Amino acid sequence: MRRAAVSTLLWGYAAVALLPLLIMVWNSFRTDQELVVEPLGLPHSPSLDAYREAWVEASFSTYFLNSVLVTTASVLLSTAVSLLAAYALARSRSRLMTVIEQVFVSGLMMPVFLMIVPIFYLLDTIGLASTRTGLILVYSAVSIPFSVFVLATFLRQLPDELEDAARIDGAGPLRTFWSVLLPLVKPAVATVVVFRFVPIWNDFFYPLILVRDRAQYTLPVGLTTFFGEYQTSWSTLFAGLVIATLPLVVLFLVATRQIVTGLTAGMGR
Amino acid sequence: MSRRRTAALPKPVALLFLLPAAALFAVFVLYPMATALTYSLFSWRGTAQDAFVGLDNFVALFTTEPYATQLPRAFGHNALLFAGAMVVQNSVGLLLAYVLHRRGRLRRLFQVLYTMPYLVSPLVVGYLWSLLLSPLFGPVNAALRAVGLEAVAQPWLGDPDTALWVVVLVTAWQWVGFPLLVYGAALGALDPTLEEAAMLDGASSRQRFWHVTLPLLTPVIGTVSVLTFIFSMEAFPIPYALGGSSGSPAGATDVMSLLFYRTAFHSGASNAIGISSAVAIVLFLVIVVISVLFTRWFRSVERRLT
Repeated sequence: MRRAAVSTLLWGYAAVALLPLLIMVWNSFRTDQELVVEPLGLPHSPSLDAYREAWVEASFSTYFLNSVLVTTASVLLSTAVSLLAAYALARSRSRLMTVIEQVFVSGLMMPVFLMIVPIFYLLDTIGLASTRTGLILVYSAVSIPFSVFVLATFLRQLPDELEDAARIDGAGPLRTFWSVLLPLVKPAVATVVVFRFVPIWNDFFYPLILVRDRAQYTLPVGLTTFFGEYQTSWSTLFAGLVIATLPLVVLFLVATRQIVTGLTAGMGR
Repeated sequence: MSRRRTAALPKPVALLFLLPAAALFAVFVLYPMATALTYSLFSWRGTAQDAFVGLDNFVALFTTEPYATQLPRAFGHNALLFAGAMVVQNSVGLLLAYVLHRRGRLRRLFQVLYTMPYLVSPLVVGYLWSLLLSPLFGPVNAALRAVGLEAVAQPWLGDPDTALWVVVLVTAWQWVGFPLLVYGAALGALDPTLEEAAMLDGASSRQRFWHVTLPLLTPVIGTVSVLTFIFSMEAFPIPYALGGSSGSPAGATDVMSLLFYRTAFHSGASNAIGISSAVAIVLFLVIVVISVLFTRWFRSVERRLT
């Protein structure tokens, strides 16, 4: 009896969590006609028309490519510079380094709303307003606190005898970093990559304000204009939402473990 | 921590390694933060900084329309969002985490299922629910009608009385995975002998939850609450997707972030930058002050319990 109640609760909430997402997917395969006549129905003759409409007519191909480009470049750039910085912070002891690390980590608490107007003018001044490059630089910079924090914590746990051995063998700092440490920090790098990819892919506030040129829109900003223009083409709207979500599902399937540990990173005591 | 004998990196090399990250961070985070503070102390003519006006922008924010009405209303809505998140999402998250923790079987699968909405973009979540709740073809109303609850079906997002609750519940729906994972991790780290001891003393499972497990979770509950508070104050994509930038209907879903966005980029006021910077700073101060007080209060509760 008790067990049955517990099972009902668990499966019941699973339905609450998943059903809306499933409806999103199967409604994207239906026509507007079907949606009105039978709001709860399954696709009778699944059609990809909505996807064609969203991808071609509503420029989702452009938004999608922009999102892939911006997210990938931001994650690569921020991870690269954060790795170098984390190595420096983890492997040298001085008051200056401690201060620098605290400044980086304080960035974890910087609110977006306070920075956005100055960033807007800054990009304008240096000629990067409304460009993907500007967006990439901003995302990379705001990713540094989290990435440096995770990577430096991880690097500190590695014994420095490894580097001592490399040094005795005649390797310089860069060589040591590249050939000895990099292979060892792979798990931490994977966590940082996955955990920065998700929020940057999903982010909507920065591009909403910093990007005015339609050809440079990322998916979330594309979605907002698309919802205004295609208000009566519901299946197309569902298809747009699926397109924006798909890469995350793929990422999730490839890296579930990284995501689940990443989501709770920094929360353990 | 033990002191290292050797510093593996000479200081000049270390500084060289730091340079790219430091430059990027200084230009796109530190510099904007520093200038943001000055923006609110000046009056503006469009994009040109005008005269130093001290705290005038803040005074204007609290005494002139439309801000004098919209600011407290938006803040009240953020507070309700926080209350709703604490009551709905954090308690559901804790309940599910506790049940899963004691159950073991299929734990991983359920964790993954419950976390799915958390992974989806909040903007997508907002738009998805606006479609699901549509009075024209929305499956939610259709389902209510199908089970004979015709009277309950209504235009959820068109009615000022229900629209804000939709925002609260949709936000909670998306976020349940977060407390669930955190509490799950915390429960896994607890010492199982404490609960076993309570069981031997004859405590019922309800007593064990309230008197053993819950007190032990206090620090984690504190952290989750502070983070929930910060996220509730900064909520933007879900309200934007559900109610647009004006917080429709009739401002019922307006929140601080929307007020900031409208003031900065859509108000057309010549002093838009000065006023919107003041809004951002007020929001920032509220978040910092309340988070610090919250954290202190939870620490004292924690001390009393141990």
